[in-house]
Amino acid sequence: MLILAVRRLIGVIVTLFLVSIMVFAIMELPPGDYAERYAFRKFSGTGVQVSESDIQSIRIDFGLDRPVYERYLDWIGGIVFEFDFGQAFAYETSVNNVIGDRVFLTLALLFVTLILTYLLAIPIAIYAAVRRHSIADYSLTVVSYLGLALPNFMLALILLYVGVTVFDLDIGGLFSEEYEDAPWSLGKVLDLLAHLVIPALVLAWSATALQLQTVRSTMLDELNKLSVTAARARGLSEWRLLLKYPARLAINPVVSTIGFDVNRIFSELPIVALVLGLPELGQLLVQSYLDLDMYVAGAILLMLTFFIVLMNFVSDLLLAVLDPRVRAREG
Amino acid sequence: MASINGTGPDHRPALSRRERREEKKRLSYYTASQWQLVWWRFRRHKAAMAGAVVLLAIAISGIFAEFFAPYTPTERDTSYVQGAPQIPMFWDQNGFSFQPFIHGTRTERDPRTLRQVSVPDPDTRIYIRFFVRGEAYDWMGLVRSDLHLFGAAEGQVHLFGTDDLGRDVFSRTLYASRTSLSIGFLGVMVAFFMALMIGGIAGYSGGAVDYGIQRVTEVIRVIPIIPLYMGLAAAFPSDWTNTQVYFAMSMVFGLVGWPTLARRIRGHLLTQRNEDYVLAARLAGAKPRRIISKHLLPSFTSYIIVDLVISFPYMILSETALSFIGLGLRPPTVSWGVMLQDAQNIRTIEQMPWLFLPAAFVVIAVLAFTVLGDGLRDAADPYSVSKGRG
Repeated sequence: MLILAVRRLIGVIVTLFLVSIMVFAIMELPPGDYAERYAFRKFSGTGVQVSESDIQSIRIDFGLDRPVYERYLDWIGGIVFEFDFGQAFAYETSVNNVIGDRVFLTLALLFVTLILTYLLAIPIAIYAAVRRHSIADYSLTVVSYLGLALPNFMLALILLYVGVTVFDLDIGGLFSEEYEDAPWSLGKVLDLLAHLVIPALVLAWSATALQLQTVRSTMLDELNKLSVTAARARGLSEWRLLLKYPARLAINPVVSTIGFDVNRIFSELPIVALVLGLPELGQLLVQSYLDLDMYVAGAILLMLTFFIVLMNFVSDLLLAVLDPRVRAREG
Repeated sequence: MASINGTGPDHRPALSRRERREEKKRLSYYTASQWQLVWWRFRRHKAAMAGAVVLLAIAISGIFAEFFAPYTPTERDTSYVQGAPQIPMFWDQNGFSFQPFIHGTRTERDPRTLRQVSVPDPDTRIYIRFFVRGEAYDWMGLVRSDLHLFGAAEGQVHLFGTDDLGRDVFSRTLYASRTSLSIGFLGVMVAFFMALMIGGIAGYSGGAVDYGIQRVTEVIRVIPIIPLYMGLAAAFPSDWTNTQVYFAMSMVFGLVGWPTLARRIRGHLLTQRNEDYVLAARLAGAKPRRIISKHLLPSFTSYIIVDLVISFPYMILSETALSFIGLGLRPPTVSWGVMLQDAQNIRTIEQMPWLFLPAAFVVIAVLAFTVLGDGLRDAADPYSVSKGRG
């Protein structure tokens, strides 16, 4: 178990290192550099003529004249050792300030979404597999097809439309007006949780659809196994044998794909956040891409990927805990 | 009968006509080529067939958008701005007509906002004509014509309504289908080419090369895909023309979309190359090149086609998502995503819900691709033979 954990941890570090190079490459990609955009941003409309030498001096100030690998080491070193993600030029402050407590909002949203996904997908799929060819089973198939075809942001738009026209209700945002700028309190947390339900439902939509299919098909395979027949022959009650053999195994593919679910949720997050007006990382990511504020974008991309890799790691460990076969195989 | 297949004993009782027909079917089953078998199995899959037909319809109406759309994507009908969809009918309070018609409009002042609005006038009829002469177009630079499938006898007809500039949403949606499907197609092709190269190298050579490629693949797979696309799309210079953005986007989809395909190709190669028939070919003296092209590739072409079909909808959805948030294609290019950009805020959707109609095309296209992919997968799976024959 320990060997497995250490081996996976090394894999995580290698992956994160490669990811950081990739993210840095994306940050470097837009035409022009940070100094030009900074100068343009700062002096446009002020009537000040910006010369090439001014830009060059900004470049030297920020250390942008140094070779790529030095800047990369500087950037990643700042993040790893000082937790400093660099400067956000559009906001003229540090990236850490811009991101602020959005990280926690994003994580809150992520975990509510994940919990919702599993609470919905696992029991419903097990039920559908047990009652195969029932109406519930067929409607589940239809829903899971739709879950893949109807993108989450369209679902969000539809919910917004229904909310406004039918219930005369604005379901966007993460806080009620009175809590918008209030300091954190129990009331604010409860308010946040209430507002998280709709975005979490929207984000859980396609992940749930996918997990429904996975759990259902694993259940169908497991239900035909001899272990189930043997348990039934021993006189185990239908419920106990269901939970003891097939259901337990049907959870394995879910656990092993937690990382994929986080990936999927984060992938859809920016657009859903934009539609529903959620002040979290995804929305900031879109904004910083549009502003070409690449240090903010890079920081967010790195954070999101970090969580995905972390959740992959957690899911590997969880799987080893749940499934003795994995432990036996990998030591 | 027995003389044809050469198997059964000769003293079998004479076969009835039905039995003989079934026997013939059985024989043709054994002599059919692989693709014929795939087609027979696929044909049985009703949902997949329906998906294929729907996709074909969308593709054809997109390719020949100039003909099927009554107007060009930029043509404005100033007398019917922000107009609701007009549904052709055959009868109204004034009686029945064999030719479909819509009601004309008249301008009135909104009693509350005092704004000029067009309201339907149930007493006038505008007939829909088929094969009408309308605005001239140039189809792919090959055919010059002004023939449209349908149009109004006078004024204009807007099946899906008009947007806030008075442009016909139906026509724009058809043109958008062309852009969105073709960008997906290009993306899939680029991804396919990359996947074939990279997955092929990894799967055939194995060892350290395989390990290195696996690591890189994993990194691309672990970064959330739409934020990654957005990052690459954000880097497009703002002075690029729409054509450049169009090709750059399909390149981006291809360059980022290959890992899933490459993994599958590698997987197929790794399992297949240890099969007995490969060993047999090798023992018979076949060179690697011949083994790959004659034995390995044909063994999983059908799988690759299935994978291509399945990866198609992700490209379409990504294009829609990117254009929707303004990081993808830009007007005046029309794609499903660009059109949905107009329906981004809740006030617009409230006033003009029909601007959301292109979304239905996205959903239907993706749904069709998914069932088609499922059907193809079932049909291409050799282990479903016994099921498929039933």
